[in-house]
Amino acid sequence: MCKAADYLSKDTAWCAGCGNFAIREALAEALAQLKLAPHQVLLCSGIGQAAKMPHYLLVNGFNGLHGRALPPAVGAKIANISLKVIVESGDGDTYGEGGNHFIHTIRRNPDLAHFVHNNQIYGLTKGQASPTSDEGMRTAIQTSGVILPAFNPLAVALVMGAGFVARCFSGEKEHLLATMKQALEFPGYALIDILQPCVSFNKINTYAWYKKRVYFPKQHEQKDWNAALTLAREWGEQIPLGIFYNVPRPTFESRIPALANDHTPLGTRPFDPASLASIQNEFL
Amino acid sequence: MNILIGGAAGQGMETIAHLLGKALARAGFGVLAAKDYMSRVRGGHNFTCLRIEAETPWMAEQTTQLLVALNEETYNLHRRLLTENGKIIYDPELFSIPTNTGNLVPLPLESLSIKAGSKIMANTVAVGAVLALLNQETSLVETLLLETFNPELAAQNIAALHAGYNAAAKYCDGCFSLPQSGKIGQQLYLDGNQTLGMAALASGCRFLAAYPMTPATGIMAYLAEKQESHGVVVEQAEDEIAAINMALGAAFSGARSLTCTSGGGFSLMVEGVSLAGMTETPLVIIMAMRPGPATGLPTRTEQGDLEFALHAGHGEFPRAVLAATHLEDAFYRLNKAFDLAEKYQIPVIFLSDQHFADTARTVPPFDFAKLNYERHLLTAETLIKPYRRYRYTASGISPRALPGQFPNETVLADSDEHDEDGHIVEDAETRRLMTEKRLRKLESLAHEMEEPCLFGEQSGEVLLIGWGSTYGALREACTILQNKRVRASHLHFADLWPLPAAAIKALFPHFKQKICVENNATGQFAALLRRETGLVVDREILKFDGRPFLANEIVWEVEQDV
Ligand SMILES: Cc1ncc(C[n+]2csc(CCOP(=O)(O)OP(=O)(O)O)c2C)c(N)n1
Ligand code: SF4
Ligand SMILES: [Mg+2]
Repeated sequence: MCKAADYLSKDTAWCAGCGNFAIREALAEALAQLKLAPHQVLLCSGIGQAAKMPHYLLVNGFNGLHGRALPPAVGAKIANISLKVIVESGDGDTYGEGGNHFIHTIRRNPDLAHFVHNNQIYGLTKGQASPTSDEGMRTAIQTSGVILPAFNPLAVALVMGAGFVARCFSGEKEHLLATMKQALEFPGYALIDILQPCVSFNKINTYAWYKKRVYFPKQHEQKDWNAALTLAREWGEQIPLGIFYNVPRPTFESRIPALANDHTPLGTRPFDPASLASIQNEFL
Repeated sequence: MNILIGGAAGQGMETIAHLLGKALARAGFGVLAAKDYMSRVRGGHNFTCLRIEAETPWMAEQTTQLLVALNEETYNLHRRLLTENGKIIYDPELFSIPTNTGNLVPLPLESLSIKAGSKIMANTVAVGAVLALLNQETSLVETLLLETFNPELAAQNIAALHAGYNAAAKYCDGCFSLPQSGKIGQQLYLDGNQTLGMAALASGCRFLAAYPMTPATGIMAYLAEKQESHGVVVEQAEDEIAAINMALGAAFSGARSLTCTSGGGFSLMVEGVSLAGMTETPLVIIMAMRPGPATGLPTRTEQGDLEFALHAGHGEFPRAVLAATHLEDAFYRLNKAFDLAEKYQIPVIFLSDQHFADTARTVPPFDFAKLNYERHLLTAETLIKPYRRYRYTASGISPRALPGQFPNETVLADSDEHDEDGHIVEDAETRRLMTEKRLRKLESLAHEMEEPCLFGEQSGEVLLIGWGSTYGALREACTILQNKRVRASHLHFADLWPLPAAAIKALFPHFKQKICVENNATGQFAALLRRETGLVVDREILKFDGRPFLANEIVWEVEQDV
């Protein structure tokens, strides 16, 4: 049995004080508590600071291309349905470069947990606006401030039919851990948008900024889609945290004929080409 | 014997060609059907050339003995290609033809169809008419109709078939004679996409992610239809970027994976090709070429993306490029592509094109026992602990394990430069060693490449050099030239990269004229040959109007200069 510490690699290349550390620790703790052995877990990511997670957690990893964290995860899950697949990437990676995959992965509803480190900035490339940067944020590129309205990932997820939609804050680690465990056990696509201060480049959305605004709504009904959408649209002086929506629907895998009665990985099923010779008879 | 069936999209020419082609294939004739269609669903001008011989023909021919003109445009466009004793089947209630032209077979196709039950069977009426002119029985097509439709619809179609047969027989009962037929019931009749789809399935491919794009979609369609029965997963991705990345994810966790597209979609996949190179993830990518740039001619053919396939993807990494030459070869060569991809853990690009994809031919049944299914995976006995995905080896090939395969061992793939464990690094030494490790695979990969096949003598006047789907046209052109007492040989490449160069180097000095024939405008293979071997061909015959070469076009070009 693994303890949380067993999942953690020694070094990371993150800045001291970065919100990513708490996310990493929460995930390690969640894996330990759910008794998921490292070889049963696959962590897929794109490129960015958050996307380095596969190097810092000792599980299987596919660290792919910028914006393309989700498609390999979907393919890997189908090919081996017994893997616990987690996708972890930044806000730019997920909602910008990978926006199309975000939308269509939600439609598919594969059984995977998606943890987005939303620092409202491009960290790795040193501080350009991301799709979730607030209007007015000045950067070296957005010199007179961001002029586009921010992308709302949770509202998009709800509208696309995601079954599990949540927001967490890296500064609320116990809540993050509890929510991650639920996301990991949710049958289907589960999204947690995690507010994650970037201490080096985001001088607006700091720990203090988030701390002042986040709150846990009382008496929210997780099966009430309209109430979930109302929470998802709340941003500014008050920022709600928690699971906004939690209603499973049939997973992608459950609708794939090849996976209906057989959970053996696709690649290790016995196969002999010669046994297929009769398939050519349709052309006779 | 050549039959040209033409009309507007939606008039059912394909059904006519398919019914006739398949029936004649079953009767033991050698059949070829080449499609020429426009990128539209209704209207336009589409036609299929059906060629019937004793042996399976390699290519369609320009002239035609029988024109089935479902609309006036077909008649106007193709009547000049009709041979002297040629016949024209048409519906005089749709348009009229001056009576002094050839031997007309005016048949009220639509009226006969209505009489048989409904207006939409005019194409079946035409099939009956063609059978009468060819002096063939209707029974083979009847069987096909019974296999295709429910009993009621089949009965109506059989009535329509007989109506066409009887009406045409009045004009000329068996006015064409077909050659002696051979292998009754022993031939397959299928096109390139079906062949590749079947080869993929029989190679153990279990995952296809793709985005529809002509002319590759037929491969998707073949495999999609086999999802329930054969445990293959076909996912229509949101775009080609998703397609290749999904396929890589599936390959990473162990499925034999495939994606297929045409040039435009491949453009979107290019970063993924590079990812396959860096992560050393096996993947087969079928690129069915069509004329570019951009959207180009969506339903036409070209060999314009060889250079693209050779160079696609940033950075330096090993790959293999193979091509479909003809059905009999492509079935086994795609299997080789899957094997190379997993043996060397590289992307393998398999080039097809619209001409290969859409042309149906009769071929002997394939020998499935010849297909290879070795997964080149690490076993418990060969596992060295701790497992390292990118372990340095003499061959450059690191033992491949799958995530979850061994308890307590994890597998990490990385698109960043990485160490043996797959962890991101930036140091100069590791970078150099890893680059060398990846590129070292090319040395043994080069030995896997098959030398081009030679048709004809080892020396002579003319050496015709080609690659990919021009095989049939060149083979036939070469035979025609030989019959005209030109000492011609034909050398054809199917494995393109790493380029197998020994055979051509040896042959070059023994021919007076070396001619490279390509379906593109810039002579991309001739350039590759020059770059890799220093050999410079004497002439290039290039065709880039979106249509495939015909044998007589090549012969004509060659004769200009012999
Ligand atoms: C195709 C491509 N375009 C651009 C980049 C450069 N790039 C790498 S990470 C990144 C943005 C990262 O931002 P985010 O996803 O929010 O991650 P963070 O670093 O903030 O965690 C960019 C633009 C790249 N690697 N690949
Ligand atoms: S740049 Fe920002 S996101 Fe990246 S490690 Fe530093 S603080 Fe964290
Ligand atoms: Mg970010």
